[in-house]
Amino acid sequence: MNFETIIGLEVHVELKTDSKIFSPSFNGFGAEPNENTNPIDLGYPGVLPVLNEEAVNFAMKAAMALNCDIATNTKFDRKNYFYPDNPKAYQISQFDQPIGENGWIEIEVDGKKKRIGITRLHMEEDAGKLTHNDDGYSLVDFNRQGTPLVEIVSEPDLRSPEEAYAYLEKLKNIIQYTGVSDCKMEEGSLRCDANISLRPIGQEEFGVKTELKNLNSFSFVQKGLEFEEKRQQKELLAGGEILQETRRYDEQTKETILMRVKEGSDDYRYFPEPDLVPLYIDEAWKERVRAEIPELPDARKQRYINELSLPAYDAMVLTSTKEMSDFFEATIDQGADVKQASNWLMGEVSAYMNKNQKELHDLALTPDALAKMIQLIEDGTISSKIAKKVFAELVEKGGNPEKIVKDKGLVQISDEGQLKEIITGILDQNEQSIIDYKNGKDKALGFLVGQVMKQTKGQANPPMVNKILLEEMDKR
Amino acid sequence: MAEISKEQVKHVAHLARLALSEDEVEKMTKQLGDIIDYAELLNELDTDNVEPTTHTLDLKNVMRKDEPRKWINKEDALKNAPDQQAGQFRVPSILE
Repeated sequence: MNFETIIGLEVHVELKTDSKIFSPSFNGFGAEPNENTNPIDLGYPGVLPVLNEEAVNFAMKAAMALNCDIATNTKFDRKNYFYPDNPKAYQISQFDQPIGENGWIEIEVDGKKKRIGITRLHMEEDAGKLTHNDDGYSLVDFNRQGTPLVEIVSEPDLRSPEEAYAYLEKLKNIIQYTGVSDCKMEEGSLRCDANISLRPIGQEEFGVKTELKNLNSFSFVQKGLEFEEKRQQKELLAGGEILQETRRYDEQTKETILMRVKEGSDDYRYFPEPDLVPLYIDEAWKERVRAEIPELPDARKQRYINELSLPAYDAMVLTSTKEMSDFFEATIDQGADVKQASNWLMGEVSAYMNKNQKELHDLALTPDALAKMIQLIEDGTISSKIAKKVFAELVEKGGNPEKIVKDKGLVQISDEGQLKEIITGILDQNEQSIIDYKNGKDKALGFLVGQVMKQTKGQANPPMVNKILLEEMDKR
Repeated sequence: MAEISKEQVKHVAHLARLALSEDEVEKMTKQLGDIIDYAELLNELDTDNVEPTTHTLDLKNVMRKDEPRKWINKEDALKNAPDQQAGQFRVPSILE
């Protein structure tokens, strides 16, 4: 029997407003435990939440970028549960009137484009952070309590772990472009739970699903789903049944492990939040927010192809993060050749980042310096080979490329007389190579070019070296 | 008489983490039933042409600007904690 895999994802994204969603505490990562808290966050009796307008703007921006319809009438609800990360014993969330519904994003897997539906996007407050000790106690840090969150629920449109990965990448990319969140999984500003079920091909109704939690990276999401897909298939083929349960992915054993079996649906007893009045979002407000949404990755990609004449591959790689795309645009704004800027960013710059596990903002390299360096290559001051030396300096220490070239004496030798003299000397010492070349051994030419480069510390103008070498050998 | 069962009372008590004796369950079943009976008086009203509301106040869009403000420090935050460690609240572990 063959099965079809059905996956749906729930993604939580923290919004980077300056203050929390319902209290004026600072909202940010990395403070001392419980530093960014106040009586509202701590759930003291008698305190009242007041909604942060910017959190609504940010949530709306994210919802619009994900092609959602924006609710005109919306409100907050109480979700009741007891857990030590939640001092009020309820979370303020949205139940039946989420701010965004019926959205979609387009993903591409193996060159095939597919639209993935987004059921809803709602606003809520984050909970505190628990650290479990092994002495039977847990420590609670409430800095995160009240951080504005949006929960984004996909339709069960994903058909493979690979599609799930592509969806997450795209979602993250779009949200980063809107600027409402950093979407850093390692800092918890993006978190993901995954639902997966299998059904025999041709069957209409869904099979029983399991939920995966504790997925700490996009690749663990994919790996966890791959394991779960196989586990469920094996179980079903053996005549067993899948239980509705929550499982976690273990990064060491690369397996999913049972956390708990779900008995019936959770009973959160949602009801409208009496401490907050309803929200009415009129067209003018919606338009104000819509006008602030920047050009999104797909539009940028198309513009790079149509207006900058970049190959589709370049356009895709350059727009894969907003940071890369902004860096690229700043570089060409400084006058750099479009294709050269693209080549350097996709080549040397990306290689350096991968090798050193760094992001663009960690590098000393600036768009201005990259543009200047490209200019030096274009006008023949340095060769591409020398440029790599200049780049190595720029990426580690920064600085002005012209000054680096001058200080290190890296200017390209393009003087014909000077090159001729060097080449004559080398030919005199390598008579055998001339004979070899004349006998059809092309390798000999490479050897001679290498000798010239060695003597000039790589600074000779390569096309000129080739040309003069050939001319001089012809004379002999 | 409103239809509320002992099982429902026990379920709600469990969700609220209340330990009720059998006598109390009996008592609560009656009392909760009476409360619901009373609330059901509202069903006599004709609300066919009335928009549902979720709030008693005729207000909307009460919001504040996104301006952070320091209110208390972390020592204050922990002052009433029954137990603390390393600047954090210490609680019995509840593993999901």
